Parts: sequence; structure tokens; C-alpha cells
Amino acid sequence: MSALESEIDPDATPEPKLQISHLDAYFNDRHVVRDITLSVPQRRVTAIIGPSGCGKSTFLRCLNRMHEHVPGARARGAVMLDGVDVYHPSINPARLRRHVGMVFQKPNPFPTMSIRDNVLAGHRLNGTHVDAPGELVERCLRQVALWDEVKDRLGRPGVSLSSGQQQRLCMARVLAVEPEVILLDEPSSALDPIATAHIEELIEELKERYTLVLVTHNLQQAARVSDYMAFFYLGNLVEFDRTDVIFTNPKESRTEDYLTGKFG
Amino acid sequence: MKRDLAAELRRPSALSERAGKLVFSLCAAASLVTTGGIVAVLLHQTIGFLQAVPFTRLLTDTHWTPLFAEPRFGLWPLLCGTLLTTGIAMMVAIPCGVLAAIYLSELAGERQRRIVKPLVELLAGIPTLIYGYFALSLVTPALQQIIPGLSGFNALSAGSVMGLMLLPVVASLSEDALSAVPTGLREASHALGVRRTATIFRVVIPSASPGIAAAVLLAASRALGATMIVAIAAGQQPQLTLDPRDSVETMTTYIAQVSLGDIPTGTLEYRTIFAVGLCLFMMTLVLNVIAHRLRRRIHRQERP
Repeated sequence: MSALESEIDPDATPEPKLQISHLDAYFNDRHVVRDITLSVPQRRVTAIIGPSGCGKSTFLRCLNRMHEHVPGARARGAVMLDGVDVYHPSINPARLRRHVGMVFQKPNPFPTMSIRDNVLAGHRLNGTHVDAPGELVERCLRQVALWDEVKDRLGRPGVSLSSGQQQRLCMARVLAVEPEVILLDEPSSALDPIATAHIEELIEELKERYTLVLVTHNLQQAARVSDYMAFFYLGNLVEFDRTDVIFTNPKESRTEDYLTGKFG
Repeated sequence: MKRDLAAELRRPSALSERAGKLVFSLCAAASLVTTGGIVAVLLHQTIGFLQAVPFTRLLTDTHWTPLFAEPRFGLWPLLCGTLLTTGIAMMVAIPCGVLAAIYLSELAGERQRRIVKPLVELLAGIPTLIYGYFALSLVTPALQQIIPGLSGFNALSAGSVMGLMLLPVVASLSEDALSAVPTGLREASHALGVRRTATIFRVVIPSASPGIAAAVLLAASRALGATMIVAIAAGQQPQLTLDPRDSVETMTTYIAQVSLGDIPTGTLEYRTIFAVGLCLFMMTLVLNVIAHRLRRRIHRQERP
């Protein structure tokens, strides 16, 4: 419903899905994300842009606590998912990641698993029961527009696909665990232009049901697919607004300089 | 001053380059020639042996007493002794080695890793003779406290100490295989909300399994060929038994025993050691070839 409403009234501000307040992240002594406060609207695409090393990937990985797997990394601050602080000591990060899924820069299907098993991997590895695995596989592969290409070879290894197909398989794998938020860390930067176009179409479709946060180097991509945009620079959030506002009427001169290619 | 570009760029004289190449290739050839020579000698002597003792007798007789007045040439007792000690060694080396590798690659922090890994590899530097005496004078008496009827020389003690000796081989090569698994796979698994143990056992280990299998096979081939430990601690009685409490003689022990004795060259007794040696060589060769193929497959995987 809300997706429909937003088509009618693009100015309506959606509910926040994620509320980040005063988030800091460090690698050992390096302070890479500095005091970020930001609300990610529900069922929208929020793009994080900025030059290399501005902390945008680290920020993204703080949202599902994936940065904790990097030795020496830590974070401070609050990330509220529907009002629940994901950094509270009682939170199990593994459980959190079933609600906040992630797609990586490099397609990483499990090499020892078939296409089918890759889609089911989240359930199989977690030991959760799936009522109709065949239907789930078909639904998820259809969602990423991969079904027609692979339906006759679901038993083949996931790594036998092209890299664009592999990346869509990885997205299907995330969808299968039914997350609410999907974090995309430069999901098409390792892909060719056609595969990139597929991924962008997919992002457009997914935002009807999911909240998406997209880190990208590619400003055109951010302009094409995102509804909101955050510009990061040297670990700071410089500006956050609707994408059309940022592109047409940025408030900060650094944002304008970056968008017009004066630095970055 | 005008620089002499032509002199600067001049290639080294053809003669010195060729001489250098020759030295290097001779060194490389040395190992090849040695292997060829060994195989030739083994084959030559084994053929002589098989002319006197038909192959079927090797496989049908159940006693190995080539040095007795009435010699019998059943290979099974030596084969059993070798397989038994190897089997026991692998039962120690595989679980301990793989778990140590998992600890080093997946669980230990950078600091623990820097301390523990060299310590594990230190085990590989201990002379096998010392392992042998360790088995005979420490492990056997200790095991005798627990297992009644354990003979002074036995397969259990020798095999398990051999397993300890091979632990670093399995651990080090398995750790290489685990570390070669791309971080992206661990991240993909964690991002799906999979717990750490499930990620290790169901994503990382399956991806590293060819490398772990290669590590196990190389260790097994080392166990087949190990001599000192079994010669000292397992005894020298060729018996057709798979009871780990018994004293057994392995193929290597037999070869060492005869080589050190005063058997005249050219006799049938003398030729037995070549026949046994060839048999041993073929077993380790098969294991090494399989291990090599597995390792090559991993290297191919790493370069997509």
C-alpha cells in the first residue's frame, strides 16, 4: 500500500525503518565513521555516495553488524531497527542479519552448492524448516529474474553461472531468508553494463517490499535508482536528502562539488 | 661524457648464459635421475625375486618368514602391520590435525596464531628416532596401565605416536587450505545469519575439502614410509593381525632389519627387501599422485 501511495504523492515522507544516531566506527585507532545520525525510510532506496575511503562501506556494515567480523573493528552509537537497538547486548547478531540481509561487491555464491542449494542456503545452514523448498526456490529466482535462465539446471553449481547471474543468485539467496532490509555494497561494480542494468531493475522492483540501502561509486546509478541519498566525506555525513533535491538543489557546497566532479 | 648505451644494453655472453643454464638444469635433473635409478633397481631386483617366488605365493601365503630354513613369502603380515600402524596414526593425526587447523585459521586471533603455529610446526622438526623412544619408553608403559595385556612392542603405541608426528603435516597443509577459502564466502554465510560453527563446518570446510584431503593423503603416505618409530616401538614379528595391542612388523621395519643384517647380496633373502620396497613405493606413489591432483585442482580454483 505505502509503495502505491508514494507513487501518488512523492512528497510524503515514509516511516523510518532504520534510525541511526551518533554512530561511530573504528578500525583499531582509525576513526572511519564519525558521528552519523540518519533515518533510512521504509520501502525506499537510500543511496550512500562519496569518494573512496569515506567510510560508506563501513557504515553499511555497521547496520547489520557485519563489521564485527573484521579484526580490530568496533562501533559505538545506536542503530534502531523498528525501534529496537541492534547494538543492545541482548541482540544476537546472527539473528539480526536474517532481518537485515546483505549483498556484496563481488558475487559470492557457495562454490560447493548447486543453484538450488545456494537459494536455500540461509535456511539449510541455519537449520530452519522450509515447507515447500521447490516453491521458495522458484519464487526467489523469479524475483531476481533468473528463473527462466536457470530453471533447467538447478542442480548445477552456482559458480557455473556468469558473474551477473551469480550476483542475482546471491540476491535470491538473501531474499529466501525474507529480510526486511537489504544492504547492497556496490552490488554491480564487478559487473558489465548489461548485468548492471539487470541489477538496477531488480532494485526498483525490490523497493516495493523491502527497505534498501545501496552503497555505490556510480553517481548515475544512485540518480537512477535511489529515492534518498546520503553524501559521505571523510567519515562524516555531509548531506542527506531526497535524491532529486540533492541533485538539483544541494545545500552544501561540498556535495555540489562532488556531484559536478570537482573532486572525488 | 657520452654514455655507451649499446654496452649497457648488451646481453651477457652466450657462453656464460648457457653454462649457467646447464648447471641449473643438472641440479634439477639430479632428483629425476635418482628417482629413475631407484625405480630401475627396485624393478630389476623384484623381477629376479618374482622369478624364484611367483606372485601368487605373495598373495596367498599367510606367513612371512623369508629368513627361516623353510622360507615363506606371504606379504600379508607385513602389509597388515603397515596398514595397522598407518591406520592408527591417521586416527590420531586427522582429527587433531584438522581441528588444530580450524583453530588456527578460523578461531585464533592474530597473536595466538603467531605463537601457536610455529609451535605446532616444531613437532615436525623432532627426529623420528626420538619419537620412537618416546613411544617405547613413555607411551607404552602409560598405555599398559590402562590396557591390560598390551605387549611391550605394540602397534597402538607406535601408531599413535606416529599420529602425533604427522599432526603438523595435516594441521599445516589443512590450515593452508582453509586460509585459501575466500573471505567473501564466510561473509556471505554470516550475512545470511548463519552462526560461526555452521559457517565453519558447512561452508568453509566443504570449500577447503580437496586441500584437506590432500593433506591427509600426504600424511598417510608419510605414515606408510615411516620407519624409526615402528622399528623401535612396534616390534619385529611379522604377524597376520589387526589387533592394535599386538606386536607387528611393518614393511619398512623389515627392510631396515634385513639391510642392517648380514644377508649376502644377490640371494633371494636379499631380493625380498626390494620386492617389499617396490610394493611400498607403489603405495606411496599412488597416494602422492592423488594428493598432487587434488592440490592442483585447488590452485585452479583460486585463479578463476
